[in-house]
Amino acid sequence: MRADLSPELAPRLAEELGLKPAEYEHVVEILGRTPTVTELYMYSLMWSEHCSYKHSRKALRMFPTEGPAVLQGPGENAGVISVGEGWAVAFKMESHNHPSAIEPYQGAATGVGGIIRDIFTMGARPIAILDSLRFGTLDKPRQRYLFEGAVAGIGGYGNCLGVPTVGGEVYFEDAYEGNCLINAMAIGLMREEDLMRAVAAGPGNLLVLIGSTTGRDGIGGASVLASQEFDEKAEEKRPSVQVGDPFTEKLLIEACLELLEGDLLVALGDLGAAGLTSSASEMASRGGVGLEIDVTLVPQREDAMRPFEIMVSESQERMLAVVTPELLGEVQDVCERWGLPATVIGQVTDTGRFVIREGDEVVGDMPAATLAHDAPIYDPVAERPAYLDELQAFDPLTELDHPDDAEMLTATLFDLLASANICSRRWIWEQYDHQVMQGTVVLPGSDAAVLRIGLPGRGEVTDRGIAASSDCNGRYVYLDPYVGAQIAVAEAARNVACSGGRPAAITDCLNFGSPEKPEVFWTFREAIRGMADACRAWEVPVISGNVSFYNESFGQPIYPTPTVGLVGILDDVSKHTTLAFKDAGDVVVLLGETAAELGGSEYLRVAFDTVAGAPPRVDLEHEAALREVLLTAIDEGLLRSAHDCAEGGLAVALAESCVAGGIGADVHLSPDDAGLPPVAALFAETQGRAVVTVAESGVDRLFEIALAHGVPFAVVGTVGGDSLRIEGCVDAEVGAMREVFEGALAAQVHPEETFASEELREG
Amino acid sequence: MRFGVVVFPGSNCEQDVVHAANHLGFETSYIWHGDTDLGHVDAVILPGGFSYGDYIRCGAVARFSPIMAEVVRFAERGGPVMGICNGFQILTEAHLLPGALLRNSGLKFICHGQPLRVERSACEWLDLPEGAVVDIPVNHNEGNYYCDAETLARLQAGGQIVLRYCEPDGSRAAAGNAPNGAVDDIAGICNERGNVFGLMPHPERAVDPLTGTTDGAPFFTAIAKRLAEVAG
Repeated sequence: MRADLSPELAPRLAEELGLKPAEYEHVVEILGRTPTVTELYMYSLMWSEHCSYKHSRKALRMFPTEGPAVLQGPGENAGVISVGEGWAVAFKMESHNHPSAIEPYQGAATGVGGIIRDIFTMGARPIAILDSLRFGTLDKPRQRYLFEGAVAGIGGYGNCLGVPTVGGEVYFEDAYEGNCLINAMAIGLMREEDLMRAVAAGPGNLLVLIGSTTGRDGIGGASVLASQEFDEKAEEKRPSVQVGDPFTEKLLIEACLELLEGDLLVALGDLGAAGLTSSASEMASRGGVGLEIDVTLVPQREDAMRPFEIMVSESQERMLAVVTPELLGEVQDVCERWGLPATVIGQVTDTGRFVIREGDEVVGDMPAATLAHDAPIYDPVAERPAYLDELQAFDPLTELDHPDDAEMLTATLFDLLASANICSRRWIWEQYDHQVMQGTVVLPGSDAAVLRIGLPGRGEVTDRGIAASSDCNGRYVYLDPYVGAQIAVAEAARNVACSGGRPAAITDCLNFGSPEKPEVFWTFREAIRGMADACRAWEVPVISGNVSFYNESFGQPIYPTPTVGLVGILDDVSKHTTLAFKDAGDVVVLLGETAAELGGSEYLRVAFDTVAGAPPRVDLEHEAALREVLLTAIDEGLLRSAHDCAEGGLAVALAESCVAGGIGADVHLSPDDAGLPPVAALFAETQGRAVVTVAESGVDRLFEIALAHGVPFAVVGTVGGDSLRIEGCVDAEVGAMREVFEGALAAQVHPEETFASEELREG
Repeated sequence: MRFGVVVFPGSNCEQDVVHAANHLGFETSYIWHGDTDLGHVDAVILPGGFSYGDYIRCGAVARFSPIMAEVVRFAERGGPVMGICNGFQILTEAHLLPGALLRNSGLKFICHGQPLRVERSACEWLDLPEGAVVDIPVNHNEGNYYCDAETLARLQAGGQIVLRYCEPDGSRAAAGNAPNGAVDDIAGICNERGNVFGLMPHPERAVDPLTGTTDGAPFFTAIAKRLAEVAG
């Protein structure tokens, strides 16, 4: 045993690595001696917030995680649900916020790479990526740089893999200026029987490292970067950002799926945060076994790497497999065919200890389960933030002077369509391959992405489908964490239902500030309580997720942002619905009722630069009933279009459906709305509403369905013409709306060269 | 009729091409890049993707794959070869087609539906009338076709320009229609003989009405019909 740390020096290194004094004492107690450098690094990473969930674990227990369709809940690399006919989908969302705030291209790219590995580790072929992004406002050059870099990184990685990027969302708010959010979600498809778990077993079996060589990149990524907030030293953390190699990842996907298909592996795990340390110790603790690794056997890309560096390196595109000695040759043959090294670096033991050697010398010897499981669990102090009362007491209707004539209301609608938080995301998704794999039935730009279930390349095509959406308006959560978090689930579920999918399960990425601040932790707990109540009421379990704390810069936390990624099921994918208005004469129906809720609205921000008021209320029963109406009507083939009312309210929802369909509509506000001031009727972001269209012959049937579920129903207009006309309020040409809506994002990213592509084309 | 689809490390549209061909009723087989035999195939397709990561230059490494010597021999004997996207890039690197594909003039990856005008050409892979417009997605970062003036004149004179980017009605804007800066709006070209065809758009993404248009079907059916006639 190499004793390379004196009892005096060890606690100082521990502190530098982010271990608290009590945590260090606990390590000493577990080992019964002073830890070695390697051990200290390994514990500090495994017990970092990012890997151990030590501040969040208790609160996360509120989530419902079980359901009839759930094949794998939280705790594995990804959750898995059955989607019928023997097919299953694995999905998970994960953050890569801090690396992206420092180096947006590589940060976002490796975020995609990491989540994709989580998916194929489960035995599923990745079939879709969604990205949830948050930046500061685009009038700041650095925010434009971060945004452009992150989008390019996601595209650069995902496009190369041949996995379509089909959806996501983005918001631009000052609160994210010092700490952008990059949450990547991946979905994979498999046969139920192919579900694989990362559980090491069988003493004598070999540990095989597959993929890239190991370097010094990303050392301390999980602790130094992910588990600390930003300050003026942020730039110095650049060496902690990993660099992605999507080509190698593509080879890894193919090789690993071939290995799993051939039943050649005992277990498979990916090397993510904390590298070999976390992947090996988690596999060992799940299997209740020990492991022995000789770091000199690990293929290295740099000279003179020390054992701790090898053990915690976050070099990308690496997988750890457990292989029986008899099958090693076959495993290596498959990997060689794909041009990937597959190297034996150690073995499974029956000692229950995780032993690290450098050649003959032992440099670490720890009870394996203590790394993954013995991190302290904290019960942080929670305190309701003082700002809430003041902001919620603000009544936007009485305290502000609102426009009420048609000219100004129309101008406000155009301002909203040009808002970076509402305008078309085409500029983003056209940089992503969103069609490869031939499964994308509804392209980006509608409420949810719809994908056909099947692997066409293997001749396996079904009539089934899934719909997926990621959502979270952080502003609502900031103004009321419980309600705001429910809205995130409600909106994702509404988006999926508007597309024809029955919500099945969610993954989440909970982005918050420092949990060590009582107000932040209170917000965190309230948000989880809100999501959990909604998920329980709707029987939509949480099957995977990720917590990202310390999203602060210079002491200022971001808006609390519990991003929800929801997957729903379509029994017949051909029955999907989009937001686009279809034919002249179709009847426009508003399902649900508008209330005078302007708090937290995009209208307030755009028109008054104000973020205040109580966010819209959520009625859990009504939301469920609305979805039933949508799904029944879609199943009966009644709906020509369906679109959820969200940011910008009814007016923006109507405008978006007009622009997508290239056709106008004549709308009169329903009698129930007549009592509202025009700005509320047009721009309130009241939940539980959808704008649908139906052929005239289907109106009565739709009314029956709505009545049966107790959902308010109002015929508000007719599709047709070249303009959106809302009686007494709005008169806007579809062409003009399109120009603003489609062009706004590009214009804000490149303010000096709005028509750059045209000029380049001419040149 | 059997299409052979070459798989390079980093190809990612090979399954889509196979699905499209199968969907249209044709047989297919995958051809591994390391093999030295094409097997019994009637036509060869080099699919899209990022062969070898496209790290040096798109297609620059793939052209040295063992199978490429066979593809060149097959093409020289008159065998039909179609390169889609990365496949087109590989065909230019292998000098089966002239010119090169540079980075998009907008410096961004592009993925969207794209109207294309069918030109009168010697291409064996298409039987659509001149002026027909098809709507097929493009999906690339390096689709900016470039060749020198002399080569361009030769392509124009020899009926080697097969597809041009255009307006939805088939007309061409004075400022050009290429979304990537391609010279003369070129989206696809063939060799003099007409058996080797390279194009940036992805016809395999446009055969199944559930996921897009069906305008890509002729890119598979025409060559099959022609081969059947020759054999018949």
